[in-house]
Amino acid sequence: MAEAASGGGTVQYIQHHLTNLCAGQCDPVTHKATGFWALHLDTIFFSYALAALIMVVSWRLGRSLVSDAPSGFQNFVETIVDFVAQQVRDTFPGHNPLIAPLALTIFVWVWLMNFMDLIPVDLLPVLANAIFGIEYLKVVPTTDLSATFAMSLVVFALIIYYNIKIKGLSGYAKMFLFHPFGKFLVPVNIVMTIIEELAKPLSLGLRLFGNLFAGELVFLLIALIGGTMFLAAGFFGAMFWGGLQVLLDLGWLIFHLLVITLQAFIFMVLTIVYLGMAHVEDH
Amino acid sequence: MNITVTLIFQMIAFILLIWFVNKYLWTPVNAMLEDRQKRIADGLAAAEKGKHEQELAEKHAKETLKEAKTQAAEVLAQAEKRASIIVEESKEKAQIEGDRIKASAQSEIDQEVSRAKEQLRGQVAEIAVAGASRVLGREIDSKSHDKLMKDLIEQI
Repeated sequence: MAEAASGGGTVQYIQHHLTNLCAGQCDPVTHKATGFWALHLDTIFFSYALAALIMVVSWRLGRSLVSDAPSGFQNFVETIVDFVAQQVRDTFPGHNPLIAPLALTIFVWVWLMNFMDLIPVDLLPVLANAIFGIEYLKVVPTTDLSATFAMSLVVFALIIYYNIKIKGLSGYAKMFLFHPFGKFLVPVNIVMTIIEELAKPLSLGLRLFGNLFAGELVFLLIALIGGTMFLAAGFFGAMFWGGLQVLLDLGWLIFHLLVITLQAFIFMVLTIVYLGMAHVEDH
Repeated sequence: MNITVTLIFQMIAFILLIWFVNKYLWTPVNAMLEDRQKRIADGLAAAEKGKHEQELAEKHAKETLKEAKTQAAEVLAQAEKRASIIVEESKEKAQIEGDRIKASAQSEIDQEVSRAKEQLRGQVAEIAVAGASRVLGREIDSKSHDKLMKDLIEQI
């Protein structure tokens, strides 16, 4: 019976952690969104808080820039800005003053939202429950498809905008008509190009979501070892499971630090590349 | 896991954040970096220029030093020359002076000699007259025999 209870508890635990704090069109029992008009308050709260953090820090830094002898934090920001600028210089053809700040925003914001994943999985939900009585809390905004697709769709809109701006409406249409296989396979071309174009925002949004969602899930599974610890008989059993959890958590944490940086970087670079493709006259 | 209206809020936040980062972070930092780059380049150019100028100045100083040395040598040589001339001149002067003194002494000596001769001649004449008067036994009147005396003196 204990095993069945623990199995049920495990599923419940994971389910609970993967449920957003929902408002609006939500299922009263499972607390999942049932339609489009449902707000994920936790996603909005954490992403807005991190955006506000970026704004405050950049505003304060932007006012007190030192040109001659920059100190610690300014050096750090300069390194990031320089890194992003280098990426844009390397991969973006031509000149567009919007691309670099866009890439910088994506990199920093996505990285910070991903970083929420590294906070112990139970810490913030437990605190929120204890202090504010909030039952559901999903801390990492990028494990919410709405958040990742919001960014990828804005990028997609920019891709279409610059395609039309640089190539003209007819040039953009020509890309759909004649692009991969020339003028004799127009219907195939249209289908292929539409798929190709739609794949861009879709892959951007899904890649980030998938990676972070999986990472969160692994953290949850590692955290579950702690539950096993209490079921294990004896002091040494408890020590073994507890030690294993700490060890695995540390390992996954270090690995995940790489993953969140890499995902932020990939999102940024692909954005630059896609917008660069939109800026190239002849495909 | 559905896409919900959250998407709209996220898009708004994203767009606002891009705008904000562009305005308050990217633009000032980039401007500052460009400014710094320019100033470093300027500084390096100025340093290069300064180095060049220093080289020129060193060259100039060397030339001046060389010139001064040459001039000093010249002055020294001239001074030496002048000193030798002066020595030579004074030697000559001394020689002339010596000669002059010698000549005047010589003339004085000559004068003295001729005077002594004159005197001697007179005395000899007197002695001769005295001797002759003794021999003749009478006094020869010097006045009456003036012509004879003179001839005698002339002969001595």
